[in-house]
Amino acid sequence: MSRARFSLPRSAAMHGALILYTIIAVAPVLLIIINSFKDRRAIFSHPLALPGPKSFSLVGYQAVFAQGSFLTYFENSLIVTIISIALVLLFGAMAAFALSEYRFRGNTLMGLYLALGIMIPIRLGTIAILKLMVATHLVDTLTALILVYTAQGLPLAIFILSEFMHGVSDDLKNAGRIDGLSEYRIFFRLVLPLIRPAMATVAVFTMIPIWNDLWFPLILAPSEATKTVTLGAQMFLGQFVTNWNAVLSALSLAILPVLILYLIFSRQLIRGITSGAVK
Amino acid sequence: MTTLDTTDMADLDARAAARPRRWHIAVFLAPAVLIYTVVMIVPLVETLWLSLLRVDPKTNMSFFAGLANFDTLFGDPRWSASFWNALGNNIWFFIINMVVQNPIGIALAALLSVPTLRGRAFYRTAIFLPTILSFVIVGFIWKLILSPLWGVAPSLLKSVGLRHLFHPWLGMADSALTTVSLISVWQFIGIPMMLIYAALLSIPDEVLEAAEIDGITGWSQFWKIKLPLILPTIGIISILTFVGNFNAFDLIYVTQGALAGPNFSTDILGTFLYRTFFGYQLQLGDPNMGAAIATVMFAIILIGVCVYLFGVQRRLRRYQF
Repeated sequence: MSRARFSLPRSAAMHGALILYTIIAVAPVLLIIINSFKDRRAIFSHPLALPGPKSFSLVGYQAVFAQGSFLTYFENSLIVTIISIALVLLFGAMAAFALSEYRFRGNTLMGLYLALGIMIPIRLGTIAILKLMVATHLVDTLTALILVYTAQGLPLAIFILSEFMHGVSDDLKNAGRIDGLSEYRIFFRLVLPLIRPAMATVAVFTMIPIWNDLWFPLILAPSEATKTVTLGAQMFLGQFVTNWNAVLSALSLAILPVLILYLIFSRQLIRGITSGAVK
Repeated sequence: MTTLDTTDMADLDARAAARPRRWHIAVFLAPAVLIYTVVMIVPLVETLWLSLLRVDPKTNMSFFAGLANFDTLFGDPRWSASFWNALGNNIWFFIINMVVQNPIGIALAALLSVPTLRGRAFYRTAIFLPTILSFVIVGFIWKLILSPLWGVAPSLLKSVGLRHLFHPWLGMADSALTTVSLISVWQFIGIPMMLIYAALLSIPDEVLEAAEIDGITGWSQFWKIKLPLILPTIGIISILTFVGNFNAFDLIYVTQGALAGPNFSTDILGTFLYRTFFGYQLQLGDPNMGAAIATVMFAIILIGVCVYLFGVQRRLRRYQF
């Protein structure tokens, strides 16, 4: 057995297969970023070459910043994503605490009701959501998006967080109660700090679908002032199909922030998906 | 048992605090339940209800029409042709996703879980990268790469002597749907890979050592020991893929447009719903027909989830270590 595990050809074959798939996964993204720094002729004549002193050009980025309001889009995406995550974490943790800490009539039923949303996509209610937003004059506001994303993120957040809440020591909470802390203080002062790792996992999970969503910005907030990066990039790319420099630069601009965040939080994310099995 | 006891304790404690009505429970639950109910559950139910209404073109008033919308959807030749086309495409989309992502995901996870492998974190991070990108980015990346204008794909194929194999796959009715499905696999392969990887790691060494003592190693160990143990994970992946695929929209919209061309060959339920609801070209948007399609999608997803919960999950044996 040990002979098989340490054999050189075997290990080389394993790395070969993994490197091959790594190239398949990463090369298309790199190709876009590399070419966004080249002039038009180099993009077409040597698409696989790195930008050299002759072919280097930022003309695509200039076009993007001249034409699109990408800074506004970024701002909108940031506002929507950060507020939604904050609401999902706060309200989700509160509900998870109520469900895992107290026994009351209808506890299980409430848990099931809140878990429904894990499996049923909120998109299927879009037609009525749009009606609701029209009736409350929230169309073309970031509030509409924040509300939808908060509702969308809550079920999974409550599910994950209540699993973790079960693990918080009861002695600690009871000690707090004996010291006369109110239930609210026990939650905010004792429990919340202890489940911070779980909150980080939920935050990363919640963030990706919100930042990347195209459907709801397209339907609920398509105006120029409320476009998110994803929708803005989509519109921009559609308009500038023939300007390859601009298209490649816009794509790179949309990739970079996510890429940076991913490199910082990838450990957290992967640990979350594998629920702690991977260190 | 222990969790039950401790919650009992908490309950007693709370009661001992002499609070006949424990308002804090309501306060903790209220914000989440309120937003979830108003923005998600009520609209879902209302959408089901809207599918039973029609609008009178003269008075512009809604009236109860029973199953008339569904009658149109399945009975009217034009509507039903579009619907079955979208459903058929959606099923093909799902099949390609399942057939391609699971074997590749299992293979990658099996490689990653080899204990002597070096550089594991690097491979993991790199292969998972496409999953975090938005459909807009992914769709456009592949649209550019597969474009005959740019020529990256043809010149790459030429370098291995297969230039003649290149076709504008996204632009041809026969191959567009399969191509889009493969793009979707490329994007999401990280999720099955990571879930199976975690499942493989959680198999205790004792089990594998016992197998080795019995002479079960290598391939037969994979088929006889590991695969049965990761079947529940493959079940979860399948249902996640099913739900995701049957409400997919973005990738098709970005690469092929709302008309899901060429000639509706990539039309799936999500794009069909979008066109029906908002209208396109000469056809006006119809919220009630849109609601009817959303209701059918709801039913399909519900059936899938039920089949999984009651048919698949119960039969899979779970092993506790």
